[in-house]
Amino acid sequence: MRRDRTALVALAVFLAVVVACLMAPVYAYWAGVQPFKSTLDAVITINGEQRPVMELPTTGLALGYTPIGPTWELGNYFLGADNQGRDVMARLLYGGMNSILIAAAATTFTLTFATAFGLAAGFFGGVVDMVLSRILDVLWAFPVYLLAISLSIVLITQGITIGPFVIDSGSLWLPIFIIGLIYIPYVARPIRGQVMSLRNSDFVMAAIGLGAPPSRILLKDILPNISTTLIVFVPIMMALNMLTESALSFLSIGVQPPDASWGTIIQDGQGLLYTRPVVALAPGIMIVISVLSLNVFGDGLRDALDPKSKIKLGRAS
Amino acid sequence: MIFAILQRIGQMVFVMAGISMLVFLIFFGTPGVDPAARIAGRNASPEVLEAVRISFGFDQPFYVQYLTMMKKIFITGDLTSFVNRGWKVVPAVLDTIPVTLSLVIGAAVLWVVFSIIIGVLAAAYRDTWIDKLLMILGLIGISMPVYWLGEVMNLITQSRFHDTWMFSWVPPLGYKPFSEDPKGWFLTLIIPWFTLSILYIGLYGRILRASITEALQEDYIRTARAKGLSETRILLRHALRTSLISFVTLFGLDFGALVGGSALLTEVVFGLQGVGKLTFDALQNLDLPVIMTTVLYASFFVVLANAIVDVVYILLDPRVRTQ
Amino acid sequence: MILQVRDLAISFRTERGIVRVLDGVNFDVDQGELLGIVGESGSGKTVTVLAVMGLITDPNAIIEGSIKYKGLELVGMKQREMRHLRGSQIAMIFQDPMTALTPVYTIGWQIAEQILTHQKVSRKQAWFQAIDLLEEVGIPKPSEAVHRYPHQLSGGMRQRAVIAMALTCNPTLLVADEPTTALDVTVQAQILDLLRNLQNKHGSSIIFITHDLGVMAELADRVMVMYAGRIVERADKTALFADPRHPYTLALLDSIPPLDGPRPDRLRSIAGSPPSLLILPKGCAFAPRCPQRLSICDDAKPPLIGGAHAAACILPSAQ
Repeated sequence: MRRDRTALVALAVFLAVVVACLMAPVYAYWAGVQPFKSTLDAVITINGEQRPVMELPTTGLALGYTPIGPTWELGNYFLGADNQGRDVMARLLYGGMNSILIAAAATTFTLTFATAFGLAAGFFGGVVDMVLSRILDVLWAFPVYLLAISLSIVLITQGITIGPFVIDSGSLWLPIFIIGLIYIPYVARPIRGQVMSLRNSDFVMAAIGLGAPPSRILLKDILPNISTTLIVFVPIMMALNMLTESALSFLSIGVQPPDASWGTIIQDGQGLLYTRPVVALAPGIMIVISVLSLNVFGDGLRDALDPKSKIKLGRAS
Repeated sequence: MIFAILQRIGQMVFVMAGISMLVFLIFFGTPGVDPAARIAGRNASPEVLEAVRISFGFDQPFYVQYLTMMKKIFITGDLTSFVNRGWKVVPAVLDTIPVTLSLVIGAAVLWVVFSIIIGVLAAAYRDTWIDKLLMILGLIGISMPVYWLGEVMNLITQSRFHDTWMFSWVPPLGYKPFSEDPKGWFLTLIIPWFTLSILYIGLYGRILRASITEALQEDYIRTARAKGLSETRILLRHALRTSLISFVTLFGLDFGALVGGSALLTEVVFGLQGVGKLTFDALQNLDLPVIMTTVLYASFFVVLANAIVDVVYILLDPRVRTQ
Repeated sequence: MILQVRDLAISFRTERGIVRVLDGVNFDVDQGELLGIVGESGSGKTVTVLAVMGLITDPNAIIEGSIKYKGLELVGMKQREMRHLRGSQIAMIFQDPMTALTPVYTIGWQIAEQILTHQKVSRKQAWFQAIDLLEEVGIPKPSEAVHRYPHQLSGGMRQRAVIAMALTCNPTLLVADEPTTALDVTVQAQILDLLRNLQNKHGSSIIFITHDLGVMAELADRVMVMYAGRIVERADKTALFADPRHPYTLALLDSIPPLDGPRPDRLRSIAGSPPSLLILPKGCAFAPRCPQRLSICDDAKPPLIGGAHAAACILPSAQ
């Protein structure tokens, strides 16, 4: 019972983050800032004093400009500016929107294809299983990050065309597609195992014996039985995808500028790490809060729905 | 027995061949992707593109390019970089291996030791505040992006607290070879070791706690209690020992992946010129010979780790060993 | 007197309230005696002996009453002290030999571990003792068998190994919880023979749990019948089989097929099922299934009375 409550609190925390990020356009409008444009010559008022967003340092060698630090005044460069004079708080909210959107879409992508793979391999067995399992083996033997990075680098300059579908190089669909793709084996393998054991269970045997068509058995008998596993995977995959997306964006092969995600903001902040650490710290803290709340919620969800589950948390390093 | 070994080797070769082809296809076979365009850079003129194409042999069919590259990696070993002409790739990759191994082995020692301590403590005090605290700390460890953690570590040890007694010993970023400067090697790696291992300490601590707790429900634990063994002995020699089987399996796979280049983010943040960093740099320049070599090297480690895990698994679990 | 159990009651705190799984249990075990405990699953047999072993570690368990081993109070004894008794003076044999041994160690290692815990001997001596013990319990080629892992032995051999382990320190009291239930019928007989021989040789006292009255008739000196956490009848074996006084015992005996004489058309079974421990009736727990039930049976639980042959029933024939 207490675990349930912890899980619900975690879910509430995550939803609060989501809502805050969805408010990004409102915040930017209210604060009167343009988070995707260089505003090096902007001037703001702090305590009635006019100050430029890019300041000349008063100490040291005074080389170059330093963006203004946090004002801790909501709507007025709350977290200061980045090296293009943009409001970090507004970018943080916009970035969060992208991070969450990509994670959610990639999760949907992974679960859909993994279910299809798992169902096909587990239900039909034989050659289908052989071919699909070998493909998954090869994908799995490849360190996930290297695969993601290879795909990103190839696709990021020119985008991709698959039949009628065209994904532009700067599009958010690109990281969604890449992240969704690389984790398919991670989900498909347990699904395949589960489908295989269901395939040999008495009630499916009976349905086959009664002459039910495979499509009907898959939809009516097998899919409902693996749906718990799929639901348990949702928060876990969301957390994993957020970490993966942020890492790709940090390596500048995820979300492309001027768009933002928490990963890109951390990368922007890398150059300012020792002077304006908040630029890199704030998005990191947001990632930790979101991923942690998703993991806690996922833990509770798994205990509630599928306590014997062997699904382990994914690792993103 | 010999058949089993041959089968195993056959599988390894199959997976490695599969991976090398997959990577090759990603770079040459992806619809709408032209490697020459990537090398020539954005907005290159058609003449330049054509020159690049001929110069790099992209005008030849797929399989010829693939086979030539494989031959140069495995047989002659004289594959040269696209980007830095004349730069021999195989020795360059070999140079980075000690860096990655130093980083990953040190982190692995930390993560094995600490995750066992955490897993055993949490299982011994299960459902008390100690257990809950350790488990939530573990979850926080899992939820932190490793590169961000690295930056925070740098912020603390290189900048904010560098001039205090706590972190004045931390040398500047970079790698010092063990053979030249053992002390420097150790000091530069301490922070990266901890950074890389925190995720795994959390993950393995949680997994170990779960499997020890499960083992403690088994009948043989009741037998062990009936024998009059101490709780500590029951926990360590019986519950932990049986739980280590799955622990070792996971460890092998993660270790292989890290040595194979997954430690890349840590290497980038701490300026360590390891395999991951080399791969990343090569990927950004689309230096295909380097990419192919490092990827093959990575998959070799992953597949090797898989094979070693199978052997260790057999050593650890007599049920598999003697069938 | 080796063991003296008085007013033993065990309850568990659960989400649905406190469940009393054992209530008002009194019995003694004499030197060299084999006491049999019979009952259905859930009747409290196993929990009784686990309490004797001090193996109820659930923090939600409440143990009341007294268990005296050679005058030493075991209820509330510190685990540290209990450990010295357990495995050396009081040993236990479990039901399922398939799961009772740690899968990753050899039989010899596991026996030697117990010897080393309780005796000041060298590793080598412990190992030789283990071989001797395996020989004593009738495992062929004991010097090879010590190197075997549990999964490499058959069920019967595994149970012999478990028995060898229980005998390591020549225990005064041996607790056997359905040691033959999980085995084949022929192997069952061998294990029972082995136990009887060992008892004759070492003079240990044994508490033997079974739900098989046939086994009881062969093996026990005295028998205790349990139902819904209480003792319903306790007597010498011969007295119990010749003159069962509690209707439950009677019903149990009726459900055994006779070995000689004409076979009945159908075996009699006991109507109904054992009560849930969560909602025990106020009166006699067996009353709802009792063919000789009276109205007063629902009023109060009948006490266990009658000296050497005691029964917990208000029927005049029971007294």
